[in-house]
Amino acid sequence: MQCPVPFSQHSTVQLAHGGGGRLMRELIEGLFRAAFAGPDDRSPRGGRLAAPARTAAHDSTVIEPSAGPLAFTTDSFVVSPLFFPGGDIGRLAVFGTVNDLAMAGAEPLALSAAFIIEEGFAFESLRRVVDSMARAASEAGVRIVTGDTKVVDRGKGDGLFITTSGVGRVPPGVDIRPGRVAPGDQVIVSGDLGRHGLAIMSVRQGLEFETGLQSDCAALNGLVAAMLAAAEPDDVHCLRDLTRGGLAAAANEIAQDAAVGMALRETEIPVCTAVQAACELLGLDPLYAANEGRLMALVAQRSAQAVFQAMKSHPLGRDAAIIGEVSVEQPGVVELLGPYGPGRILDLLSGEQMPRIC
Amino acid sequence: MKYLSEYRDADQVRRAAEAIRAAATRPWCIMEVCGGQTHSILRFALDRMLPESLTLIHGPGCPVCVTPVEVLDRAMALAARPEVVFCSFGDMLRVPGSHCDLFAMKSAGGDVRVVYSPMDAVELARRNTDRHVVFFAVGFETTAPTNALAVLHAARLGLKNFSLLTAHVLVPPAIRAVLASPRCRVQAFLAAGHVCTITGTSEYAPIAAEHRVPIVATGFEPLDILQGILMCVRQLESGRSEVEIQYTRSVRPEGNPAALRAMAEVFEPVSRPWRGIGVIPDSGLALRPAFAEFDAERRFDLSGITANESPECRAGEVLQGLIRPHQCPAFAQRCTPQHPLGAPMVSAEGACAAYYRYRRPSQASTD
Amino acid sequence: MCLGIPGQLVERYTRDELPMGKVDFGDVRKEVCLAYTPEVEVGQYVLVHVGFALSVVDAEEAEQMRTLVEQIEAAADAEPGSAPPPSDAGPKPDG
Repeated sequence: MQCPVPFSQHSTVQLAHGGGGRLMRELIEGLFRAAFAGPDDRSPRGGRLAAPARTAAHDSTVIEPSAGPLAFTTDSFVVSPLFFPGGDIGRLAVFGTVNDLAMAGAEPLALSAAFIIEEGFAFESLRRVVDSMARAASEAGVRIVTGDTKVVDRGKGDGLFITTSGVGRVPPGVDIRPGRVAPGDQVIVSGDLGRHGLAIMSVRQGLEFETGLQSDCAALNGLVAAMLAAAEPDDVHCLRDLTRGGLAAAANEIAQDAAVGMALRETEIPVCTAVQAACELLGLDPLYAANEGRLMALVAQRSAQAVFQAMKSHPLGRDAAIIGEVSVEQPGVVELLGPYGPGRILDLLSGEQMPRIC
Repeated sequence: MKYLSEYRDADQVRRAAEAIRAAATRPWCIMEVCGGQTHSILRFALDRMLPESLTLIHGPGCPVCVTPVEVLDRAMALAARPEVVFCSFGDMLRVPGSHCDLFAMKSAGGDVRVVYSPMDAVELARRNTDRHVVFFAVGFETTAPTNALAVLHAARLGLKNFSLLTAHVLVPPAIRAVLASPRCRVQAFLAAGHVCTITGTSEYAPIAAEHRVPIVATGFEPLDILQGILMCVRQLESGRSEVEIQYTRSVRPEGNPAALRAMAEVFEPVSRPWRGIGVIPDSGLALRPAFAEFDAERRFDLSGITANESPECRAGEVLQGLIRPHQCPAFAQRCTPQHPLGAPMVSAEGACAAYYRYRRPSQASTD
Repeated sequence: MCLGIPGQLVERYTRDELPMGKVDFGDVRKEVCLAYTPEVEVGQYVLVHVGFALSVVDAEEAEQMRTLVEQIEAAADAEPGSAPPPSDAGPKPDG
């Protein structure tokens, strides 16, 4: 309608910012590329980006392959609200994909980020998210090397959706997957559970409560590297980040995929007071609550103590705990041993946990 | 957490279980009326600490489970109206009506919101005067006073866009209905501590006397429940049938007078159908005529909506303690939390869902 | 039914003519309506259900309840006559 203006002169995102024209180019160059560009020396361990000339604006970024297997993953992020205690959608989007790579034992090489932005979304918020992603990537030691932007009509998105994909290098000899889980493996969690889920709940309209709780969102690749270094070769059998559905979902998935039973000791599972209190209040179970910086590890018995100690001495594993073990009984079933001895089945939920009154 | 963790203390819990074992010389059947207690019993596996001669029967005290299909269909009809913001406790969202649940209504474009308190719904009405806020008022005597206050508060604020879809139910008529069944095996009741916190225990004395059954107002933590069972067993063994209070930290014999006053001001007793059980006389609450403008059923004409329950669902027998959930042929087969035939498979405290979640048939068949 | 959780009243005030308060559950605080516990004082524990305090927790009773089993056992030891009654006197539902 009028002359294009630099994106910074708009206070909100316009449809034209996704229209392929000058506004879009300005958005990409002025915001995304500026935030995500980094000196070449920040390219990740174990692989490298191609020379700067080849990483300039182009449809693809070229990565020079390293020897050995690559891990490749993708994840979409929708969260309400976009900013929450302890994090935001940008941090989640970076850490989520870094963590998915780390669960295969992979060191992240490079991420992509695709943004679907609702027309009218505040530039200030977009900048906050993008800056937060840049910081998160720096914390995780990974670069965001390619991306995409689309703007959808107002009312057809919930502010901002982000999809990130990542490639990572799997170090030699590392083979981490459910199929390797074996009876006798020790089940270790990296910290107390439920902080992310309850921190989000605390700012949801209609359910708000005051709390010092913050999301646990964090990049777990450093912790995983420390665990792998501490274990005898091949002894870390499986890793899983405890996101949606929490410990209960992750344990059930692994038990089913590996066709093993699992017995967890409820009293050993770390849950902080605030999460416990919020769960009591809203009728929720912390074992089903989401985490964004916690993992469970299934480790061969002979390496369990060494891995556990390595976790305890890492900042993201200070509250790690050995909570149970893998058994041959009842394949596919996770049993939760209660505080008084007898156990119960820790089942999957049919949907998201809802606050309840009864 | 103070006043919570000490009632989960493993030593005390084991002592209580031992005391029950020592006290019970004969087989007894005790019903815990309240679904919250059922939930605790299965979550903490308390029933497995009890002597085999003692049978716990899970009662109808789950408001979600006993809300009739018809009322749920009315909730769906309200949620489908474009001008309505339909507010509910989270418990009700997955409960199936004739055709769908509130989650499905939300997907179809209905404005369905989960709130923590009925006062949150009043606040929504106050902030959105161009919309009509309906609150799904389910629950027993514990919850009724809170919904009564929501109505009194909305009236005081002069709100014209707030109403309740009322499905309140009362515990004593349900206990009488259980006792009236010729197949009833229940010999003693754990009454719900939070209901009794509001109502006190006076309504239970005539039931205990007429039917010669001990009734113990009991709390919800593991130690509370085992103490309540121990008090029942002691009464049964010595031939007494009295009303006792285990949950003395919250229950007073006279109840909560301020809450009872508000409840009586706003609601009046009516006969209500219970899902799976049928109509129980004077077992529910409806808004008094003076508060008709806050009655969603009168504001919106819903009287044409009627429904029938799934003929396959045996929820009524489960809720009356006549069969156990896994004894229903549909249990874990055609009826699962993903595809429930009846409400007890949906609600977190529903007996069927609790069995499904915490017990598999192989384990359940041993009791 | 009826989730009710004990928490400590840390603040009370009036809003829209309703007595209200903040209740602490251990690093989690929630606003609660005190209309049904007008007598409660800051520092006391209340039982909270759907944003309402339904009762003030009786601290003395709460303390005693923890050892209720011992009390019941002691009482039983003190009355040796509490042996099981003849079976025909046993309670039965007479529905």
